[in-house]
Amino acid sequence: MSKTIDTREAVMVGRRSDGTLVRRPLSPHLQAYDMLQMTSALSITHRITGVVWSVGMVFLVWWLASAAGGEASFNGAQWFFGSFFGILGLLGLTAVAWYHTLNGLRHLYWDSGRGFDLPTTYLTGRAVLIGTAALTALTWLVMLITWI
Amino acid sequence: MATFTLPKNSTVGEGRTHAAPAGAKNVRSFKIYRWDPDGGANPRTDTYDIDLDQCGPMVLDALIKIKNEVDSTLTFRRSCREGICGSCSMNIDGLNTLACLKPIEEVKGDVRISPLPHMPVVKDLVPDLSQIYAQLRSVEPWLKADTPPPPDGERLQSKEERAKLDGLWECILCFCCSTACPSYWWNGDRYLGPAVLLQAYRWIADSRDEATGERLDALEDPFKLYRCHTIMNCTRTCPKGLNPAQAIGEIKKLMVERQG
Repeated sequence: MSKTIDTREAVMVGRRSDGTLVRRPLSPHLQAYDMLQMTSALSITHRITGVVWSVGMVFLVWWLASAAGGEASFNGAQWFFGSFFGILGLLGLTAVAWYHTLNGLRHLYWDSGRGFDLPTTYLTGRAVLIGTAALTALTWLVMLITWI
Repeated sequence: MATFTLPKNSTVGEGRTHAAPAGAKNVRSFKIYRWDPDGGANPRTDTYDIDLDQCGPMVLDALIKIKNEVDSTLTFRRSCREGICGSCSMNIDGLNTLACLKPIEEVKGDVRISPLPHMPVVKDLVPDLSQIYAQLRSVEPWLKADTPPPPDGERLQSKEERAKLDGLWECILCFCCSTACPSYWWNGDRYLGPAVLLQAYRWIADSRDEATGERLDALEDPFKLYRCHTIMNCTRTCPKGLNPAQAIGEIKKLMVERQG
């Protein structure tokens, strides 16, 4: 892969009062900015949940493959998903999937050119958070009622 | 490329503390980013304890007070002190805004001030904006038309056509929004950023401009336009209450619509 040069390098060099060159510092970004505000916090969460969901799909494939691999391998997978960490992971994955889906709808709404004003952005943002919690709880409630 | 930490020469150390005058009752600490190209040292945070009873209400008032009375080496840009020139944009209390429009009262605790984020520092609170100015130049922010204007007057607009420019023409190019955008931090060499894209849309939306097609062609690029991921930090931080994210959304919509 060829190394691409960041054109901003050109402005990273400045001059001292005596005319000699000096490398300028880069001003603080993540270090100074309020990253916990709703706008950027929900945005990075969308990306993280996308990654986690993709990783979670590997476990789904494992589960399906183990079912195809016979009783012994299926029992192994079932044991894992039924263990404490397995259930914790599935619960997390449910929340992740709901968040990514709901926030995806929020993005779709934006793509239609609507919902960009701040009050609506905050409203839809809160709706995504509350929706994620509610739908995750509902999903597990339905699962527990069906299975137990 | 996204680098989440600061380069070695950019990490910020502790600096000097300038105590408030004796007898001051209403004291607030201003923690201000300092870097001197002549010093050869890393940036540092200096603390200035200011008596708010002897200071104007805005953050810029405190900065001017510090420069006048405490430390004349403190360097920052300012001009109109009423939010129309866009010179005193900086990061105050974690958000980019104009120092002249930010009441000290709105900040809880110490007032942390640093330059616009992820920019090369010329000195103290002064960032180098030449890259962002070059990007602004690249969208050709002026009226382009092949048709000559009417011989007896101006190019006319209906009230509705003129109304489309509201929320766009008010931008003062302080670049609070662009430097609040994580996408612009990581890809600012090729992504144009919210301020410049709002300017691009200001001409796309202008009924008198005849270069809409070429303007959209120029923006049809994976980086220039589409590094916007609707993070919305731009709209959240704009000291003029404008909506760059909406402008970018409109451009994206036009891109889809012209595909047919």
